[in-house]
Amino acid sequence: MFNRDRWREIFETISKNKLRTFLSGFTVALGIFIFIILFGLGNGLKNSFQEFFLDDASNAIFMYPGKTSMPYKGFKANRRIEFDNEDLEDIQTNFPLLIEYTTPRISRSGLTRYKGENNTYTTRAIAPGHQFVEKTILMKGRFINQSDLNKKAKHAVIGRLVAKDLFKNEDPLGKYIDIGSSVYKIVGVFQDDGGDREERYIYIPYTTRQLLEKGNDKVDQIIVTFPKELGHVGALALESSLKKYFKDKKSIDPQDPNGIYFQNLTDDLKQSQQFAVVLQLIVSFVGLGTLIAGIIGISNIMVFVVKERTKELGIRKALGATPRSVIQMILQESIFITAISGYFGLLFGVFVLESIGLKLEDYFIKNPFIDIGTAITATIVLIIFGAVAGYIPAKRAARIKPIVALRDE
Amino acid sequence: MIQIKNLHKSYQMGSSSLHVLKGINFNVEEGELVAIMGSSGSGKSTLLNILGMLDTAEEGDYILDDVPIKDLNETKAAKYRNKFLGFVFQSFNLINYKTALENVSLPLYYQGIPRKERQQEALDYLEKVGLKDWATHLPSELSGGQKQRVAIARALASKPKVLLADEPTGALDTTTSYEVMDLIQKINQEGKTILVVTHELDIAQMCKRIVLLKDGVIIEDKKVEQVFASSYVQ
Repeated sequence: MFNRDRWREIFETISKNKLRTFLSGFTVALGIFIFIILFGLGNGLKNSFQEFFLDDASNAIFMYPGKTSMPYKGFKANRRIEFDNEDLEDIQTNFPLLIEYTTPRISRSGLTRYKGENNTYTTRAIAPGHQFVEKTILMKGRFINQSDLNKKAKHAVIGRLVAKDLFKNEDPLGKYIDIGSSVYKIVGVFQDDGGDREERYIYIPYTTRQLLEKGNDKVDQIIVTFPKELGHVGALALESSLKKYFKDKKSIDPQDPNGIYFQNLTDDLKQSQQFAVVLQLIVSFVGLGTLIAGIIGISNIMVFVVKERTKELGIRKALGATPRSVIQMILQESIFITAISGYFGLLFGVFVLESIGLKLEDYFIKNPFIDIGTAITATIVLIIFGAVAGYIPAKRAARIKPIVALRDE
Repeated sequence: MIQIKNLHKSYQMGSSSLHVLKGINFNVEEGELVAIMGSSGSGKSTLLNILGMLDTAEEGDYILDDVPIKDLNETKAAKYRNKFLGFVFQSFNLINYKTALENVSLPLYYQGIPRKERQQEALDYLEKVGLKDWATHLPSELSGGQKQRVAIARALASKPKVLLADEPTGALDTTTSYEVMDLIQKINQEGKTILVVTHELDIAQMCKRIVLLKDGVIIEDKKVEQVFASSYVQ
């Protein structure tokens, strides 16, 4: 392998047979190049998917009150169920280890004004924990905090697009806006990966909303988040114990499908994860297919190369080349060419991916990439198969009697 | 130098087999220049290929320089070829992407001789065949006679015991043929054993002994008065 003389012989052969070298090198480089591009684009598709479907926390359970449909414990059917502040506290006292954050959500729509600009936005009255439910990202200032809740402060955190609509280029922090008939001070601006709609919300403390609505203590819905370690099964168990607790507390028939509705995001997560797995399978399949096509291409070239050299190999054998040295020569040559050109195909593929990467977001391909481990593995696989593909005809050529090879004109 | 006893060889042609050599017996002493003659199909090339270990016989003994040549696998044959034999072919069989010098040094490469040394040696042999100035030329840039002289230099480079030439002048015109034969005679005079397969009588007469083959058997084996090719070459 490290015989300098043999390498020199190989370099000579390679440099004097440019077409042959180019053909086999080009096949390998192209194979790797296409593999990297397709695999990268596939990964990009996967990234877009994850962005679309996984922007909210997956470890949350949403609870909505409804109307009962069965009479129970002396209550008539068709009774409206409501959540209030006490329910929030009860969750925290009864499920202390299973719950990370509890937040109510009271959604109201209202005309919002700042100077000459106005628009209608949905205002969500929430607790600080809500930030983790929606994975809200703060751009400026802060989120609603406990002190806001305690003081029932008229503080608002607005979405990026609200700020853009109302404030244009002005800095909204510390400014005052009118929502409905009240004036709020802006304490933060947020963005959200969930899309434009998510960035047109305004968050205020739920206690403030309750104060404005005649000092009641009602909440529309309750959202709890649980530790991710619970897993899918744990999340389902938590859901059913929450259901049991509230049905009991609100005197709802355990058999009643209405009354309280639960939405457990872990179900969505499982579905989208399955979809992600399918997507991954498709990407892998495309990659594997490309790789196999590349291997077939190299095999063809290698068979052609050996066939073309039959006479030369016969001459070499007549001059004293052993079958072993013939095979070694062909293999070393093919491995050398495939390794070098595979490397270039790899570099070029990664380069192209990098340069087109950001331009394809409109086509649902985000941040296409290939991890370098996969790329190198693919290159090595191609080199190995190139060598195997070369070995078989080389072995046959080495076994041909020189007299037969010499007759080959 | 060469002892052959009762050599048989046949080729399978589909269902029938063609018996090409039907019991060949002959010996060659060191320093001989033997012409193997015969019309096409007489088995002369087959005999030479067996002598050159390019092909194997089915039956019979072959002893080369006191080494019995039998049970050859390809590796062993390759080593013997490299050590004992030099080949000159009708169609030259030079490697077309290698220069004259590289072609001549190839057998030395397979003997494992270092690059500098084998290039010097190859150059010496090229000088001997009068082509030192053509060392860096590719075969495509050489004439037929020059190609054959490069081939002869290559055959000599491995310092073989026996030089085997299969129709060495078959692809050359008369003048060039005589030039090549002149070279072969000179090499023979230096003591090299040479076997030449030919179907041309004038070429055969330039050897010291003629073996005539017909239908796979030797029908005549005689020593002849050597005609010197140099008398035709100015």
